[in-house]
Amino acid sequence: MNTYGVIARFNDPVELVHAAEKIRDAGFTDFDCHSPFPIHGMDDAMGLKRSKLGYVIGAMGLTGALFGFGLQTWIHSIEYPMNISGKPFFAYPAYAIITFELMVLFSAFGAVFGMMYFNSIPRFHHPVFYSDKFSRVTSDAFYVSIEISDPKYNEQEVKSFLDKIGGTDIEVLKDEN
Amino acid sequence: MNNKIKSKAEIRAEKLLPGNQDFTTLTDDIAGVPEQKKTPIQWWLLFGLALSLLAIFAGSVGFLIWEGTGIWGINNPVFWGWAIINFVWWVGIGHAGTLISAILHLFRQNWRNAINRFAETMTLFAVICALVFPGIHVGRIWVAYWFLPIPNQMGMWPNMRSPLIWDFFAVFTYFTVSLLFWYTGLIPDLATLRDRAKTNLKRKIYGFFALGWRGGNRQWQHYELAYLVLAGISTPLVLSVHSVVSSDFATSVIPGWHTTIFPPYFVAGAIYSGFGMVMTLSIIARKVYNLGHIITLEHLDKMAQIMLLTGCMVGYAYSMEFFVAWYSGNAYESFAFVNRALGPYWWGYWAMIFCNVVVPQFFWFERYRRHIPFLFITSILVNIGMWFERFVIVVITLHRDFMPGAWAMYNPTIFDVSIYIGTFGLFFTGFLLFLRFLPMVSIAEAKLVLPESNPHHGHEE
Repeated sequence: MNTYGVIARFNDPVELVHAAEKIRDAGFTDFDCHSPFPIHGMDDAMGLKRSKLGYVIGAMGLTGALFGFGLQTWIHSIEYPMNISGKPFFAYPAYAIITFELMVLFSAFGAVFGMMYFNSIPRFHHPVFYSDKFSRVTSDAFYVSIEISDPKYNEQEVKSFLDKIGGTDIEVLKDEN
Repeated sequence: MNNKIKSKAEIRAEKLLPGNQDFTTLTDDIAGVPEQKKTPIQWWLLFGLALSLLAIFAGSVGFLIWEGTGIWGINNPVFWGWAIINFVWWVGIGHAGTLISAILHLFRQNWRNAINRFAETMTLFAVICALVFPGIHVGRIWVAYWFLPIPNQMGMWPNMRSPLIWDFFAVFTYFTVSLLFWYTGLIPDLATLRDRAKTNLKRKIYGFFALGWRGGNRQWQHYELAYLVLAGISTPLVLSVHSVVSSDFATSVIPGWHTTIFPPYFVAGAIYSGFGMVMTLSIIARKVYNLGHIITLEHLDKMAQIMLLTGCMVGYAYSMEFFVAWYSGNAYESFAFVNRALGPYWWGYWAMIFCNVVVPQFFWFERYRRHIPFLFITSILVNIGMWFERFVIVVITLHRDFMPGAWAMYNPTIFDVSIYIGTFGLFFTGFLLFLRFLPMVSIAEAKLVLPESNPHHGHEE
């Protein structure tokens, strides 16, 4: 029976944000705040840094644009120069559209798969799923979880701390296998 | 709460989600639809109808592949017939989805949260219907992959300077990005369905597609950025797609097509028709599934306002085309437009003017914007009008060009009609399956409309 951490329930987004601020100020780093929808201002309350996803998307967009422009240039100037009503082979204004479309396509892939990478999903197995009550977090419940990997983790202290800041339904997550 | 003066945000939320709704009721009401034990009889009736149309579609397309495009009414000079009309029509309808999910998201129009899932799904199936036509109209469809720039034994490459290839890339990209956007939006809702699932099989299937979503802020943080960026890149994309479609026409030298007004005019028309389709579908769905308190009159009113705006833009484009045809002093150009309004296909032109310019004028008045039977009929008229717009552009322009000796009339055949009707089967089969198995309103986003979702609710302000 391995322990994975402690979860505690809060009543609404207001309480959850305040709880996050208190946990952050108490020096915890490996905790998360679960809610049915994104809560405005939660990143600051948890002390999270800005997502780096933007750089991934930017790099993918640039790659897409360069690939699109390069592909067209290579086809018409090098691989297969076609003379169509005397138009120039390197007709760069006509390349704008496909360059743009591939930039958008690559950035979209960057955004979605980058998001999955940073979120470590797909991940079908996670300790929080052991709690039955926690499953309401995708409907109307607001939970805080503090994981055992946190350097300040101490089961009794964490439990009493979560109780002090207003958490209810405090549960210790254990591996059931 | 009741003895306090309501803030602006609360009044807005009251209109969009009337009554006492909270996170729990929203989840129950929206997720309740795909969780229904008994499928409503109306669903089965519509699904049966859709499957019959799908069978007609499969049969007609099969015969087209067997026999060739000669079974259509296309002739010389009208080489482009219903296939292109239907392609542009379906792609146009597909525009409202991304407009609602992307542009209205960037403008923080949160009323979109009740209809965006709906509209995005409509986009996906509309674009699939659209993509059928360029696929089948090439005649020898087994070589349709020549569109793709892939190395082959013939050493042959597509002409990347041709608007038809731009179009292929634009629509393909649009479909892929719309699919990614739609799926990204679905992930938290799939997790909701997973957590509420009563049977193990449902939990496994929804759970598989939910990717193990836990709703933690460390996930929401990246998720929200990804969603925002997708909205940001979809905005120029949606404007580009119909602009590129219009360049199929505008880069030619045919009088009536060779105009610079086409891109904005096509985009406005696309949004107009897309909102018409969203309106038609949402009026049916809110009635069948009793979701009138989530997709409210306020939402229908706002959609009608957008239809009024885009209808007026389209009307402006129609009149500007005439003005420029006259002002250019070009005899062919002037003739093309006089022929549209007064030639043998005058009825097509005036049907278009009636549906696209006259009908939306009723939306200046609030009582018409909130009158559901009226909205339902107009939303269908809008799409009839937009079909005629493409008929006017494609057929009327082509049937009389420069040389009177080359003029001809165009008559569709039964196969033109059956393939068009058949695409409705394709569209509605997909859409009805979506209504049955997935939440038609974004559960996570609908909650953001409630004032309680704001962490400052009831404190500052």
